[in-house]
Amino acid sequence: MKYLDEYRDAGVAKGIAQAIRARVTQPWVLMEICGGQTHTIMRYGLDEMLPPEIELVHGPGCPVCVAPLEIIDKALAIAARPGVIFVSYGDMLRVPGSHSDLFRVKAAGGDVRIAYSPMDAVKLARENPSRQVVFFGIGFETTAPANAMSVWQARREGLKNFSLLAAHVLVPPAMRAILASPVNRVQGLIAPGHVCTVVGTREYEDLSRDFHLPIVIGGFEPVDLLEAIRMLAVQLEEGRAEVENQYARSVSREGNLPAQTILQQVYEVSDQKWRGIGAIPMSGYKLRPEFAEYDAELVYGTEEISAQEPQECISALVLQGLKKPVDCAAFGSLCTPERPLGAPMVSSEGVCAAYYAYRRRVPEAVA
Amino acid sequence: MIPLVCPAPIHHRDTILLGHGSGGKLSAELLREVFLPAFANPVLARLEDQASLEIGGARLAFTTDSFVVKPLFFRGGDIGSLAVHGTINDLAVGGAIPEFLSAAFILEEGFPMADLQRIAVSMSLAATKAGVTIVTGDTKVVEHGSGDGVYINTAGIGRLRDGVRLSASFARPGDAVILSGSVGDHGIAILSQREGLELESDIASDSAALHTLVDVMFAAAGANAIRCMRDPTRGGVASTLNEIAEQSAVGIEIDECAISIHSAVRGACELLGLDPLYVANEGKLIAAVAPECAQALVAAMRCHPLGADAAVMGRVTAAHPGMVTMRTLFGTSRIVDMLAGDQLPRIC
Repeated sequence: MKYLDEYRDAGVAKGIAQAIRARVTQPWVLMEICGGQTHTIMRYGLDEMLPPEIELVHGPGCPVCVAPLEIIDKALAIAARPGVIFVSYGDMLRVPGSHSDLFRVKAAGGDVRIAYSPMDAVKLARENPSRQVVFFGIGFETTAPANAMSVWQARREGLKNFSLLAAHVLVPPAMRAILASPVNRVQGLIAPGHVCTVVGTREYEDLSRDFHLPIVIGGFEPVDLLEAIRMLAVQLEEGRAEVENQYARSVSREGNLPAQTILQQVYEVSDQKWRGIGAIPMSGYKLRPEFAEYDAELVYGTEEISAQEPQECISALVLQGLKKPVDCAAFGSLCTPERPLGAPMVSSEGVCAAYYAYRRRVPEAVA
Repeated sequence: MIPLVCPAPIHHRDTILLGHGSGGKLSAELLREVFLPAFANPVLARLEDQASLEIGGARLAFTTDSFVVKPLFFRGGDIGSLAVHGTINDLAVGGAIPEFLSAAFILEEGFPMADLQRIAVSMSLAATKAGVTIVTGDTKVVEHGSGDGVYINTAGIGRLRDGVRLSASFARPGDAVILSGSVGDHGIAILSQREGLELESDIASDSAALHTLVDVMFAAAGANAIRCMRDPTRGGVASTLNEIAEQSAVGIEIDECAISIHSAVRGACELLGLDPLYVANEGKLIAAVAPECAQALVAAMRCHPLGADAAVMGRVTAAHPGMVTMRTLFGTSRIVDMLAGDQLPRIC
């Protein structure tokens, strides 16, 4: 399959791993930001191919995991209302709110549907004029343009029964918060290729300069990630701190300009809570006032819902790369994908879930 | 800045969730906590896909399965042929020769008669082709809105081959694990035709009756070389392997290179964020067999149209009992876990 097979080639991967081994002379701590990248590392066992000097820690880039508890509670409240068709990406359905999740709301009679695109929700609104359709707009800069497009399209069509429950998060402010922490260990960053496909690489140039940090924009296939690690290792060994683009087949410096235009038209940057990290100023998107009638929070009056987030697991430390999932006493025993205690165990993209699925006990080498 | 924030765990299970029907851990929990205690008996406790019974000296296999597929008609089959094949396969992988089926229909008020006719004809054709007879049945109609068009239950009965005893608890270290062909075809065929997905593909369901392939296997290897067989339906190959590993208290190590996946299925899985190892099949089987017979079995299976892509996909080990691991394309090793519920498409 073109664009896949060549980036999953075992021979190429082993060659890059060898080049990394030949280049590193001292320990380096690298962070991949995106949950999709974490997933690939675990699924292909890339960390096993690396020399012991390279330590990978896993960043906060799983949108499901960092969605704050209160937005889940708001979603549950709206989805339970009669007359509402609540449309969501699939992996949000299992995420626990304070007392329930969307699967349970569905089991109790709520009309909760899985969609692959927010435009499917707009289509539902068009086809069901007597129902209210709400799309759960979660995600980083990657999904934000499509979600913005749904609102823009609904307004263009004059739909009065569509709204968006938006909780978008932005990568650079979160990375700034992590890098500025006095306990930060991260020395090199694999930036999220799909986020950069949308927004370009300029913000990462600022990040690299401000923290004197090597950054490589990385893809999501195993060869992409190994190559990004190699590029970081070379920068670190040479004492450089620059932004390099490994994922050039998708990412340009300017990014996707039409997508950026729709983002600016529909959203404004706002403060945002992150599950596992806390409130970060100017780290999210919310709908602009001129789109208020499409803002599900305003339509359904859920602004007042807030959630008390209990302090039971070490997800904050995991999402900042300070701890590994296996360092948690609850990991794999009290906390499993069936009964998640913490956000990173919920989504298959979450770092704890990735460790649980692929690595909860290090298997002996297969003969 | 670092407040610890976590969701409260949700432990109680006061209602049935869709995941309870997924074939994953939630399904197993339902069985363990509700049905096994309620119906407690030694035949059921063996947790096979079919009950092995002795009646008047005859050894029989008995099984039942319900079909709630949507869409009702799909590329490669329909709910009717699926209901026939599924029950035949549950008998066949128990080592039985399928003979008689029942068919029960739960119909929703307003369901088109022409569709029911089409389903009945399809069942008849599938049964005739497989050499089984549908000898009893039942029909119920529920009010409009209380069903989803049509649900079908089939039960089946067959004669167990002399000297053959198969069980998911019989796999032993050293055994070879054989997979009869490509994975994920049925699940992706269904998914790609569901409303709203608009995937352009020619992926067809692999729905087929496996009993003649099983005939070939016993002819090639005799009665004792095959320890267990399962058809990896809902929950896919990964869930079936986990069941065998758990019930036999062995480890299973599979080789990623040995798993055949059609490129269209792979493409759809990539797009949807699904792992083909967890996607349903309706015309495949997995067998744990004595290692010395594995190559002869694979060779024999490849001569049968339903086993043309058969291969040894892995082996049974004494290490890490209850766990399935995979040697990846890169030579690294990872766990292949059982899922909690259905696979959920990821956001990005």
